[in-house]
Amino acid sequence: MRYAMAIDTKKCVGCSDCVVACQTENDVPIGYCRDWVVEVTDGTYPQLETEIRSERCNHCDNSPCVRCCPTGASHYAEGGIVLVTKNECIGCGACIQSCPYDARYTHPDGYVDKCTFCMHRVKKGMEPACVAVCPTKCMYFGDLDDPNSPVSKILKTRKFKVLAPEAGTKPNVYYLI
Amino acid sequence: MREEIIISGRMNPGIDPVLTAWGWEIPVYLFLGGLAAGLLFFAGLYYLLGKAKKYPAAVRKAPVLVPVLLALGLFALFLDLHHKPYFWRLYTTIKLQSPMSWGAWTLMLITPLSMIWAALHIREWFPNWDWKFQWLRDLEKFFSAYKKQMAWAMTILGLILGIYTGILFSAFNARPLWNTSILGPLFLASGLSAGSALIMLISNKHKERRVFAQIDLIVIAVEFFFIIHMLMGFQASTQVQIDAAQIFLGGPLTAPFWIFVVILGMIVPAVLEIMELRHFKIPVVIPVSLILFGSFMLRWLISNAGQLSRYLY
Repeated sequence: MRYAMAIDTKKCVGCSDCVVACQTENDVPIGYCRDWVVEVTDGTYPQLETEIRSERCNHCDNSPCVRCCPTGASHYAEGGIVLVTKNECIGCGACIQSCPYDARYTHPDGYVDKCTFCMHRVKKGMEPACVAVCPTKCMYFGDLDDPNSPVSKILKTRKFKVLAPEAGTKPNVYYLI
Repeated sequence: MREEIIISGRMNPGIDPVLTAWGWEIPVYLFLGGLAAGLLFFAGLYYLLGKAKKYPAAVRKAPVLVPVLLALGLFALFLDLHHKPYFWRLYTTIKLQSPMSWGAWTLMLITPLSMIWAALHIREWFPNWDWKFQWLRDLEKFFSAYKKQMAWAMTILGLILGIYTGILFSAFNARPLWNTSILGPLFLASGLSAGSALIMLISNKHKERRVFAQIDLIVIAVEFFFIIHMLMGFQASTQVQIDAAQIFLGGPLTAPFWIFVVILGMIVPAVLEIMELRHFKIPVVIPVSLILFGSFMLRWLISNAGQLSRYLY
């Protein structure tokens, strides 16, 4: 099993519903976020193009955060989801330094926190909170090993990219372009 | 003109707008660790070369300071941890891929070793020292018989500790400025330079001071070569590393890096040491302080510059 997410940059309107849903679902402390929206405007005026992306932990296959964690708190869970075990984390910050996506932060309680792909929901057969609330239905989640999962199906039909592939992390969040 | 404007909704404390996950604690820890590594390396090496009498400050006097330096460094590291009650987790795991795990275990070996060596030579600082209990005297006698083995361990572990202080940074490929394997040798050279400088300060033998001034000059030259080599390597690398090198080549930390690390921390003390070797009267405390200051600034600036360099935005 390999969980992955695909996000359609052509359909995303940057409403930040995914951000609020995540903060509510996961009790994210005020002032922090596990997912966020980025708008990139690129080109030469007047030929400009704007891409809107909802970003989060990429749950990489080759996660530098798992590799550098000195205690094993950062680990791969079922389906390749990268998780942090709170009471094994010493809060050294090595994983924060190692993430090219800057997807992690130190929780006010001291441990390092980040997106879990809403594993508690996924285990029950539900979608992650961000996917579930998206008003434009621009997010797809599922198992890459299952050819009939929403994410597998959409990746078969659309062009996509990943963020910072040159960092060698083999991310599992795909952006449809 | 082609332009790119990025607007991010993320504003996580410690992450945005600039990564500040590591403050003063890590550079202090790396500086003290590097200095301790330099002192242990020279103590072990010159003991094995049979020069304990010729260079007493290096072999016997300076290493007594090492446990203090390591304790202060480890305390700084402890302060850096945000989930302090769980720090012991470091010692329930051996993670070969994690430089921090390597460092924790190296320190686990080197700290008691340095304490034993310091205890064996405590009379260099306190001539009337007497171990209060018989079992401590027995232990002293026991370890005195294994000085050669300990010197070997100190030399090797000193090198590992010195290199580790750089590898800790260089293992993070997400920070392009750190992601160069030259940081290990560079920090080792800096640690050896700081160690030889401190030995010069402690020594009261003219001959020993001269030898360590010469060693320091060679190490400074090597260190300078590594810095140039590092910047050249970045310039010949990917765009993120070219951008990272700009931090020291015209970017925000250019002036502090070249003034504090290269000029005040390396060139000026090297010139002063050469003058001293040519029999000018230079108070030894001046070049030594400058070298220690430069050695700390190198770590401080590399730590901050690395956190300024990123892949995305």
